[in-house]
Amino acid sequence: MITLNHYLMLGGVLFVIGLFGALAKKNAIAVLMGIELMLNAVNINLAAFNRFLNPDKVVGLVFAIFVIVVAAVEVAVGLAIVINLYRQRLNTSVDEADWLKW
Amino acid sequence: MIRYAWLVPLFPALAFPVIAFITRRLRTLSALVGIGAIAASFVLSLGILWETLTSGVTMEKPVEYALSWLALPGAKDWVLKIEAGVLVDPLSAVMLLVVTLVALLVEIYSVGYMHGDPGFSVFFGYLSLFSASMLGLVLANNFFMMFFFWELVGLCSYLLIGFYFHKPEAARASLKAFVVNRVADFGFMLGFFYLFLMFKTFNFRELAEALPHAPHMGLLAVAATLIFAGPIGKSAQFPLHVWLPDAMEGPTPVSALIHAATMVAAGVYLLARAFVLFASIPEVSLLVAYVGGFTALFAATIALTQRDIKRILAYSTMSQLGYMIMAMGVGSMTAGMFHLTTHAIFKALLFLGAGSVIHALHEQDIFRMGGLAKDMKVTTATFVLGALALAGIPPLAGFWSKDEILLAAYSNGYTGLYILGTVVAFLTSFYMFRLIFVAFFGRRRAGLHGHESPKCMTVPLIILATLTVVAGFIGAPFVPHGFSSWVYFGEPHHLEPNYFVMVTSTLVAILGIYLAWLIYGKEVISAEALAQRWRSIHTVLYNKYYIDEAYLWFFRRVVLGLAEAFHWHDRHVVDGIFDGVGDTVRWSGYRLRYLHSGSLPVYALVFFAAVVVFVLWVATPVIGGIR
Repeated sequence: MITLNHYLMLGGVLFVIGLFGALAKKNAIAVLMGIELMLNAVNINLAAFNRFLNPDKVVGLVFAIFVIVVAAVEVAVGLAIVINLYRQRLNTSVDEADWLKW
Repeated sequence: MIRYAWLVPLFPALAFPVIAFITRRLRTLSALVGIGAIAASFVLSLGILWETLTSGVTMEKPVEYALSWLALPGAKDWVLKIEAGVLVDPLSAVMLLVVTLVALLVEIYSVGYMHGDPGFSVFFGYLSLFSASMLGLVLANNFFMMFFFWELVGLCSYLLIGFYFHKPEAARASLKAFVVNRVADFGFMLGFFYLFLMFKTFNFRELAEALPHAPHMGLLAVAATLIFAGPIGKSAQFPLHVWLPDAMEGPTPVSALIHAATMVAAGVYLLARAFVLFASIPEVSLLVAYVGGFTALFAATIALTQRDIKRILAYSTMSQLGYMIMAMGVGSMTAGMFHLTTHAIFKALLFLGAGSVIHALHEQDIFRMGGLAKDMKVTTATFVLGALALAGIPPLAGFWSKDEILLAAYSNGYTGLYILGTVVAFLTSFYMFRLIFVAFFGRRRAGLHGHESPKCMTVPLIILATLTVVAGFIGAPFVPHGFSSWVYFGEPHHLEPNYFVMVTSTLVAILGIYLAWLIYGKEVISAEALAQRWRSIHTVLYNKYYIDEAYLWFFRRVVLGLAEAFHWHDRHVVDGIFDGVGDTVRWSGYRLRYLHSGSLPVYALVFFAAVVVFVLWVATPVIGGIR
């Protein structure tokens, strides 16, 4: 029997993997992918809570769809930034993208 | 006629824009517009005075009508109400006639005097505006309106004194007059604002009625003293007299107008109009009396040594104004106003006479003139008549009015001021006849030859000379229903003729003339030797007691020093505080910016750490931590 806890654990594991990717990866594309993983971990949580706690309404699913839309938008913007970064520096390493410095 | 009193200032007030915008290029027409307007006002003023005296309008029962000009509701239950109104009583009726008469004669005279001047039309425009302002001031029924016209008078004097603005001295003199008057006007303004705060009205009649119920006598005294600052400036009393001698830089007809009827008379008129205020506070009256008396003596002594014909007359005006102010101070409004009236006539005569001389010679130093009596018969005759009146020789106008002031001082117990007044009478006759013996008689000193002035200049002189002979009798003690039964404060009192005062002042005046004749006419006493003997006194007097220098020193050292101190404070304290705030922020930003490494993963880690801390903080009670 798969319970709510299993889904939450899956979400937690996915979130931490995504967090690691976002913080530790050098490649900006990989960072974006990590962020995607984190967002999808949240989506799993939302869908699971909806299924187990309040199956009659679709509030959690609607939220999940919102998150997917926001993620798509965010990736679009993020990729645009990455492409500009590449044009300026000829690589996509986030370590070398230190323009926000003083 | 009294119903149309508001037209009196309106005619010349309209003449000004007409001349300035329409007839400016047509010189003759401009002069005609100016003279026509003031002549209409003069005729109307005659009618007003006649009706005032015959229809029972007295000082207690004036005719007053007003429009509400501004009514603003204020805090609590009171309203800021400013009226534009007309107050006609014998005082304002007499004053209207004096102003319009002198202004009319001066304008006629100016046709000759200003002939050929490039600013001919503008001059008539300014004269009209000047007369209009003064007439408005005379008719005002409240302090606010009076102040409005009072400022206009100041503005016109600035324009007219600086008429020859291409001359640096004239430009400086006009500025000086304006600035000195501003100082005085500020006091006047504060004074009547105080009155308004106390009594909630600007109206003269309502103020007079409310005055016995004054909430605080001390504050009332402060208000009266501040208002007195106005006359000190406008009527050129010590210590704000410095502008008057310099005002001689204007064209001579302007000097006549300023000195006789308009500008300087405004201060005395204000004292008369607000007499109830001054009379109710003995300390302030005493101040008024002593300021007047001191100025009379002070100016007369300066006049003894001056060489410029117009400056001598200017100091004599100051001295005579001192008399008038002193009369107000010793409690005789009648005497002060009577002297104002007669003085207006003979001082206008003297100034116009001096103008006639200057017009002929283009010279103002009396020691470069001489023997003018042969060339300029009419001017000489009228000038001597005016000087006799000023010296107080009976039965000319000045004798009666000066006598009344001396008598008022004497009978009201101000013996010191009476003696001072008599001494001033002696000095007056001495310096006037010094001028006459030097300039009009005696030998020609610089070979200058005069010629008689044109008719439009001599006719006003003759009219004024006739009036100088006649005018005194309206207030002479033996004339029933004379001046003192029209213009008075409280009871129409009539002083008995005091032969002691009369004879003394006449003897003193004759003594002054005789001494002047000995020194400057017959030259049995050498003026140079006298000046040599009292070198230091002569120098001090010739330099007008160094008052101008003292003011200059005060300005340079004290005022500029203070300004320097404030400037330093501004630069270093005020700017220091604000610059310091800016510098602190900039410095801390400079230090704190090293927190930004620019590394994206570090930023993300900080974000996440912050989220973790926040979640832990929020979740602590839920998972059973601190409650």
